[in-house]
Amino acid sequence: MTETEHGPSQPLSQPPSTSSGQLPPLSAPTPVAQLDDLSRLFGSFAALRRIQYTFLPGKCYVLLGENGAGKSTLLRILAGLLPPSHGTITLFGSFTPAQACGRIGYMSHAPMLYDELTGVENLAYFAALYPRSQTLSPELALQQVGLDPALPRKVGQYSQGMRQRASLARVLMAQPDLLLLDEPFSNMDIQSAHQMVALLDKLRQPGRTVVLTTHQRELALPIADCMLTLHAGQIVSEGSAHRS
Amino acid sequence: MAVAIAPPEEPGWFHLVGIHLRKDLRIEWRSREAIHSMIFFALLVVVLFSMAFDPTAAASREIAGGVLCVATLFASVSALNQAWSREIRHDVLDALRMTPADRSAIFVAKVLANFLFVTVVQALLAPVFFIFYNLRPLGNGWLLLAIVPLGTWALVANGTFFAALSIRSRNRELLLPLILFPIFLPALLAMVLAVKTILTGDGSDPHLLWLKMLAGYDIIFMTVSLLLFDTVLHAE
Repeated sequence: MTETEHGPSQPLSQPPSTSSGQLPPLSAPTPVAQLDDLSRLFGSFAALRRIQYTFLPGKCYVLLGENGAGKSTLLRILAGLLPPSHGTITLFGSFTPAQACGRIGYMSHAPMLYDELTGVENLAYFAALYPRSQTLSPELALQQVGLDPALPRKVGQYSQGMRQRASLARVLMAQPDLLLLDEPFSNMDIQSAHQMVALLDKLRQPGRTVVLTTHQRELALPIADCMLTLHAGQIVSEGSAHRS
Repeated sequence: MAVAIAPPEEPGWFHLVGIHLRKDLRIEWRSREAIHSMIFFALLVVVLFSMAFDPTAAASREIAGGVLCVATLFASVSALNQAWSREIRHDVLDALRMTPADRSAIFVAKVLANFLFVTVVQALLAPVFFIFYNLRPLGNGWLLLAIVPLGTWALVANGTFFAALSIRSRNRELLLPLILFPIFLPALLAMVLAVKTILTGDGSDPHLLWLKMLAGYDIIFMTVSLLLFDTVLHAE
């Protein structure tokens, strides 16, 4: 992996147009997400500070950083669950996160599923809230993540690893163009985590953009196109991973 | 010639309400958290008040309407709190916020589900209430079938909205009654006086003013809640 270090006050950016006024090349892909001078304050605490970054389609971005660095906040802003305090975010060329919500899949620390329903019931409920042509069947989504759709157990009785998979199945079912995963390997044994990595690698193939946060850098390395390190709300380093 | 009708691409609003309502009823059927706590609390209030007053006295007929409404009000607060706590338990509400479907359907389904839960409790409570207070309507008894649902709708529509408003508060279980009770007061007053008029048959409300007031209250608050719900849902 090659890594470029940037000063904490120097924002990182690869915008499609340059400051010299040159037009971007015609073949430049439309950015999936463009963050422009993005900050997020919680009271007087700045969780994100003036972030300038462009996420390109079909790539896997891994966000690294210690607790409180702003990784989850950044994902929540990308998901449209949290508005930025300053700056703008543009998704898929010209949309706000609220307008593009149907094209974004977000998996948080919590499973975002009802304990009282089975995996299939949960997914069938969420599938009904999306346009019919957009969604995979709940059974297929569960099979993709290695869960048995016929399992009669309620999600509340699932193990932590199974919940993570079911949660990922909920996200995949809507076939999003932008996949935001907040610590998908947490609470997983090493074998399940490797299976999850393999699955994410497969998901990336059709040009889908994946942004994930993790503390387990070595796990994410095989699928990462770009590793971003956050510190105190700023992107302090960007490394392009060489994938085998 | 047979014409094949393609299924609708986007789920319609009423269809969405049905989806959310089915889910809420299924979860309640499996957990029975709301119904059990409501029944227990409502029974407790009715039995305690019946012991505090002489059930054969005419005075008990005067206060019976108030007891019924207060029992319903206190009992439903626990259900109203639980309605949204299920959604925030595992951040499910965030997943719902990210769907492209109309969010007002979530609110209407929650109101309908809570209305059904409270109505079930009232139906179970009614025979106990009439026996303990030795009641029989002296006025138009059938009007109770309009007054009680209208009052209940006012309670659950307001309660569901304010429960959503207080969802992110640390003391949400304390906050809900503090916001709800003062705002529900006009509807409570109308409900109590309308029930009293029917039970005592005193003929003090020949033009059904309390009933009309309840209907107006329901329409106004439901409309305002629907208009503001999306803002409340996305509030930090």
